[in-house]
Amino acid sequence: MPRTARVLTAGLVATATVLPLAGCGVLGIGGSTADLQIYSARHYDLEGAFKDFQDETGISVEFISGNDAELLQRIKAEGTDGEADVYMTVDAGNLWNAGKEGVLRPLDSTTLTEAVPADLRDSGNQWYGLAMRARTTMYNPDAVKPTDFDATNTYAGLTDPKWKDRLCMRDSTSAYTQSLVASLIDLDGRDQALATVKGWVANGVDIKSNDVELLKAIDAGQCDVGITNHYYLARELEKKADLKVKPFWASQSGAGTHVNISGAGVVRSSDNPAQAQQLIEWLATKGQSAFVDGNHEYPVNESVKPEPVIAGFGEFTRMPLSAEAYGSQNAEAVKVLSEAGYK
Amino acid sequence: MSTWPSTRSSTRARFVGTGRPWWSATVVVIALVVSVPVLSVLAAAVASVGSPAWPGDLGEMLLTTVLLLAGVGVGTALLGVGLAWLVTAYDFPGRRAFSWLLVLPLAMPAYVLGFLFLSTFGAAGGPARASRDVFGGSAFVELLAGRLGAPVVLSLTLYPYVFLLSRAAFRGQGQATWDAARMLGATPWRAFRQVLLPLARPALAGGLAVVMMETLTDFATVQYFGVRTVSVGVYLTWKGSFDFASAAQLSVLVLVFAVMVLAGERILRGGARYDSRGGGQRPPAAPHVLTGASRWWAFAAAASVLAAGFLLPVVQLLWWAVSATLADSSSLSTGRFATNLTNSAVMAALAAVACVGLALLVTHGVRVTGGRLARGAAQLTTFGYAVPGAVIGIGVLVSFAAVDGWLEALGVPGGTGLVVTGSVLGILASYVVRFLAPAYQAVDASFATISASVTNSAFSLGASPMRVLRRVHLPLSRSGIAVALVLVAVDAVKELPLVLLLRPFGFTTLSVWVYELANENFWEQAALPALLIVALAIVPVWFLVRQVRLAEPHQQVTS
Amino acid sequence: MTDALRIDGVTKSYGDTPAVCDLDLSMPQGEILALIGPSGCGKSTLLRLIAGLERPDSGAVTVGGRVVAGPSWVPPEQRRVGLVFQEHALFPHLRVGDNIRFGLADRPRAEQDARVREVLDLVHLSHVADRYPHELSGGEQQRVALARALAPRPAVVLMDEPFSSLDESLRARVRADTVDVLRATGTTAVLVTHDQTEALAVGDRVGVMREGVIEQLGTPVEVFERPVSRFVASFMGDADFLPASLVEEGLACELGLVTVRRDTAQAEIVLRPHEVSLKLPGPGVHGAPAVVTHVEYHGAFVLHTVRLASGRTVRSWQPHSVRYPVGTEVLVSIVLGIIPSVLVGERTLGASPATSPPTPAAAG
Repeated sequence: MPRTARVLTAGLVATATVLPLAGCGVLGIGGSTADLQIYSARHYDLEGAFKDFQDETGISVEFISGNDAELLQRIKAEGTDGEADVYMTVDAGNLWNAGKEGVLRPLDSTTLTEAVPADLRDSGNQWYGLAMRARTTMYNPDAVKPTDFDATNTYAGLTDPKWKDRLCMRDSTSAYTQSLVASLIDLDGRDQALATVKGWVANGVDIKSNDVELLKAIDAGQCDVGITNHYYLARELEKKADLKVKPFWASQSGAGTHVNISGAGVVRSSDNPAQAQQLIEWLATKGQSAFVDGNHEYPVNESVKPEPVIAGFGEFTRMPLSAEAYGSQNAEAVKVLSEAGYK
Repeated sequence: MSTWPSTRSSTRARFVGTGRPWWSATVVVIALVVSVPVLSVLAAAVASVGSPAWPGDLGEMLLTTVLLLAGVGVGTALLGVGLAWLVTAYDFPGRRAFSWLLVLPLAMPAYVLGFLFLSTFGAAGGPARASRDVFGGSAFVELLAGRLGAPVVLSLTLYPYVFLLSRAAFRGQGQATWDAARMLGATPWRAFRQVLLPLARPALAGGLAVVMMETLTDFATVQYFGVRTVSVGVYLTWKGSFDFASAAQLSVLVLVFAVMVLAGERILRGGARYDSRGGGQRPPAAPHVLTGASRWWAFAAAASVLAAGFLLPVVQLLWWAVSATLADSSSLSTGRFATNLTNSAVMAALAAVACVGLALLVTHGVRVTGGRLARGAAQLTTFGYAVPGAVIGIGVLVSFAAVDGWLEALGVPGGTGLVVTGSVLGILASYVVRFLAPAYQAVDASFATISASVTNSAFSLGASPMRVLRRVHLPLSRSGIAVALVLVAVDAVKELPLVLLLRPFGFTTLSVWVYELANENFWEQAALPALLIVALAIVPVWFLVRQVRLAEPHQQVTS
Repeated sequence: MTDALRIDGVTKSYGDTPAVCDLDLSMPQGEILALIGPSGCGKSTLLRLIAGLERPDSGAVTVGGRVVAGPSWVPPEQRRVGLVFQEHALFPHLRVGDNIRFGLADRPRAEQDARVREVLDLVHLSHVADRYPHELSGGEQQRVALARALAPRPAVVLMDEPFSSLDESLRARVRADTVDVLRATGTTAVLVTHDQTEALAVGDRVGVMREGVIEQLGTPVEVFERPVSRFVASFMGDADFLPASLVEEGLACELGLVTVRRDTAQAEIVLRPHEVSLKLPGPGVHGAPAVVTHVEYHGAFVLHTVRLASGRTVRSWQPHSVRYPVGTEVLVSIVLGIIPSVLVGERTLGASPATSPPTPAAAG
């Protein structure tokens, strides 16, 4: 009896060993053979930009996309065995957290310091913002005039009773909502931010689970005003030119419009840090347009022009970005949202 | 009557059974390996009791979870049991086709149906526009795009589990008992309540347990509809506070829910046994032929569920796919389709074979040792199903990293290296952790129909445990094995969080592809890969249907 | 000659409940032993212990001269012990022939074929070799199960209520066939039953079990006619108990003098219905007066229940031609030549407290 069970166990072990190999054979995978490996939490089609880089420099690039928090855990768990050279993610809070977790290595690059404004990169040079999105008020021009908005603090202004039952916003699980509230906490203090969120809730804010849905709701007249990322509007306008939605640049007489960034850093355990740095430098300079235009984002490099559709939205003043605030206040923002009864 | 006591025995013997140490060890080793990732999550949860960053509305989340479970439970029970009874007991146009067509929604991932629902009932969708134009807005349509959407979508995609099991329970004995009850003067309602429901109880319990687990660990679908369950809390905590430990603690809460669900299953199942020993089987009675309007009502009921859960979504996906292709036909030629399709198919096949193989070993091990040790260990294997997918993924990563560390400490150069994330082994391992439970349950249910005396006879005739497995248990549990293969394969095709987290470079499955596109609201582009998922999942579902059909004429195989 | 089966001081408990207590048993080659007792008496546990489906807490089991449990452990599949179950437990996915062949895996093919034919002939079922179990009747299934168990020539065959799933009409026939086959092959067999008629009819010896011990082990005649205890007396067939007391000539009960023994003052006598005679009152007819209270027609015999003057009732078998209506006044006596057992407390007077010694097997 033990013999047969032993044979069986041996069989299992053998299967377990052979399977990955067989799997690789079948699936055509080995380890990555590219020069650079990127873990990216950006889901937009990144291939174009990376291909340009490859054509220009001869450095090959491969990437996998995933969720930010999971990818970060993966880098940590893989430790020195990890293949990742570059960690690329959305949201300054995530970048700040990656820096804090110690998975990134500081770079020494004057190219980057010159290309990326100071508030859009890590003071310790661990990560650099590469693309910028604005989260601002969107309105249906049939129902709202730009002068209806509070130009000083537009976000808090939406608590005014005149917006009752006219608001649409994103759900509290969205990182966009969380970082907006985090920036409000940083700017106005926790009490004021809580009052603002409570005011939205008191105005019967209608919660949508994605920005496109939200824009369609404004277009359809289901709500008059909402807050979304600017590029979703650009994208929807490309599909439907007569979309009845216009952007209003928030808080232009005050602190400016809330922005957030996508950015990247070189992973500490990278075995090819020089070329990884080269990629980030390229993305911040020559590759800016290739990197941001596909998704209608704003370049962080002030010498690069935004693409035409969003250029048509007009210029705006942005709220200075504090990654540390976005990151460290994010948990607080989640609490404020739930305290206010914001779903 | 002489039934041999088989569950009671003296303390030591009760623990290890009749002493087949190698088999006990096999079961225990499988159980431990499979539960290590779950345990490592538990360890992370316990390690940081300091300052948990739980969401403030945790109480409300718990309530929401309970309500959602109740809603989906009622929904799947009504659809599953009701439709199963309809196609078993009544003859109406299309009955035979419906009896398998109604299984198809199993192939539709809930997250796909979820976004289809939102785009249909959402602000810009036809029904919403129409209702606004006509009535100035309909609360019901808005409700479908909101809170009500989650239970409706989950019920529509999960009811086939209940449907399949209930149908098997009704066939053979449903009609006869129903007739008997009616002849004794019971109203149809009373006959249904007092005779049919009890009959379907074990099937209902088994099916609902699966449904509850899926609902409990779902994130994508509930998040679409803004329903904040504890699983949403896990993500909120993890991402919002960058605090995996607190998220792990909440996962434990999900696990507690799951344990309650399993306990509920035991209670719901009651004293009923699947073990149909000796009892002669009755041929399935002829269905009652419906006439007049009622036959079309029956048709409408079955057709509307099929339409809502499968046909209309497929048509919508097709429509999007065509318009996306017309807009940009270059996407068709990228060769990604073939690669991603192959990846999904091969992963599903590997996962199905691995899970069912292990499930078979575990079930057989429990049977031949009969000890509590093996039985307890077997229970451990089901926990992976009860923890949100991404959390299991982290568990697998952390455990592999730990093994790697030990190997290196032992002087193995490079340890396991990148064996986890550098190959598909990591994904496969996580699939086994997650999907061993449904495989085990299906195989175990099948083993329950093999009476202990058959096993003991085989031993007394000099067969070794391996030979008993090969010659007796394997052929006799074929139907359960087939069901297990199918369930795992379908789940694996649809699976998202694990493969997203653990995949190696250049490895994309259909579900990841859909996710990447849908996450950025490129739904039209996502339609084609989503259709491929459905198409791929139909393959095993088709096998399942065939299997069930083959099994039906001579349903059970006990002595 | 080594015993086919030996059990030495075997004990097995489930938690605090002892199922088998320090039990000894030995069976010579070719013996058929019927084990009988109420449910929970430990008879099935004993069978499981012999088969190797349970491990004894202490003691040893020896099969065919080889110790299989105790100091060493042999798993069921290596014990050469055949098993036949109540529900037959045929492999539903295998044809009859392959069911039987299952236990012959280690023999050459030709030998397998020959043996399959041989045992099927033995049970008169050669024509069903290619059928599936579900195509057979209950009686045929039972015979196939026996053939399958016999095929590998086991040292002992264990049968757990093998006939109880059969119809009453079929049962006696199958039972007789089974015994014939066991005798013809000289098989040592343990048959567990709860039917006393079956135990008496089949067993060379009958073991009456109660609370984990064999209370009496002896020939069918011994356990029926000379039960060692009130339990055995009442379990092995119908029995009425009448108090007896010391009179001048010996012990007497309401029906008269029972025995000349005078070694106890208070006792009860055991009366089986066939030992009680009923007569209509008349000249020269003696007996204790009684009234018929109940009559049951059993075909060949008629069971009468009568109430004595003391209010106690006794039962009596009468040939089918004799049938006293309820209310008939009769005279009751003990059938001539019968010496009833005498109980003092729970045990029979004169019986050794232990079981009676094993007698050599009657069959060969």
